[in-house]
Amino acid sequence: MAVSAFAGEIPRPERRSGYDFMSRETRAMQDDDTANPGLLWVLEGETLWNRKTGAAGRACADCHGDARTSMKGVAARHPAFDASRGRPVSLEQRINRCRTDRQQAPALAWESRELLALTAYVARQSRGLPIDIVIDQRTQPFLDAGRATWNRRQGQLNLACSQCHDDNWGRQLAGNVIPQAHPTGYPLYRLEWQGLGSLQRRLRNCLVGIRAEPYEFGAPELVDLELFLMWRARGMAIEAPAVRP
Amino acid sequence: MASALVNVPARARRGAVIEIKTLISHPMETGYRRTQLGAPIPRDIIRLFVCTYNGTEVFRAELHPAIAANPFFAFSTVATESGTITFHWTGDNGFSVTESAAITVD
Repeated sequence: MAVSAFAGEIPRPERRSGYDFMSRETRAMQDDDTANPGLLWVLEGETLWNRKTGAAGRACADCHGDARTSMKGVAARHPAFDASRGRPVSLEQRINRCRTDRQQAPALAWESRELLALTAYVARQSRGLPIDIVIDQRTQPFLDAGRATWNRRQGQLNLACSQCHDDNWGRQLAGNVIPQAHPTGYPLYRLEWQGLGSLQRRLRNCLVGIRAEPYEFGAPELVDLELFLMWRARGMAIEAPAVRP
Repeated sequence: MASALVNVPARARRGAVIEIKTLISHPMETGYRRTQLGAPIPRDIIRLFVCTYNGTEVFRAELHPAIAANPFFAFSTVATESGTITFHWTGDNGFSVTESAAITVD
């Protein structure tokens, strides 16, 4: 039931990463580790990974060891179900849960440099791996909720996500090509932002674009939408940290 | 955070043209913007970038407002001898970062 085709859904062979819609120069920027500014955050994330913090005086590395092996593939399967919360959590929320529970440190603020750096460092370890979202009994309702948000018209422009990204991808929206909205590279460096940002920041951007009231960072609606988008992009390779125009 | 990424080929043949790439993290606040209350946001940019090869200056760039956040430089030089290539960024508010990379020329 979960894999039945929906009206307007993009067939698997036609799925394309936002990378394929970019200019040659921007692609070169993403591909070159010295030109990709996202690597600056990865570098900082590595420092944070090994730094002891919180009342527990523990670093991420004290439990998880070398991120290059222990964090491999982790970003590819988030948002993932968290039994204690009874719902899927995004990678950022997972990192913050580790911080508050295991390190006994205050949670990092959304879009703060530290949280983006740690997320980028963890996500980087999954580069090239296929997105692997497993939908089971527990996560099915959240996937359905995400899909409902995706297909729901909202905002003053009365647009649904699917109207642009399923039905009109590849066409122009003013000067830009509409991508298919596959979240393969988050957190990513957006030239428009001149900085790194999370998928939720991007989703909130889009919501403002259709003149809807954006959900708060960490809102269940955003996490469900993240889950749906990652499931929709299942099998595509992780590019984090990507570069986008 | 003041971190920089530099890319220098580890080995090169004598006389070869090598490409050097650098990227540094910096907000590059132009000084032209204002807060929502109308107060000007003071300028905070990198003013100067200098690259020296065994003490000899091979590349210099002066930066001005509204270039780019996280400035990226790619330039080339001739591999003359083994040694150290040093990169130095200086800017407003006492910003100063030095990085270096070793190169073997044979």
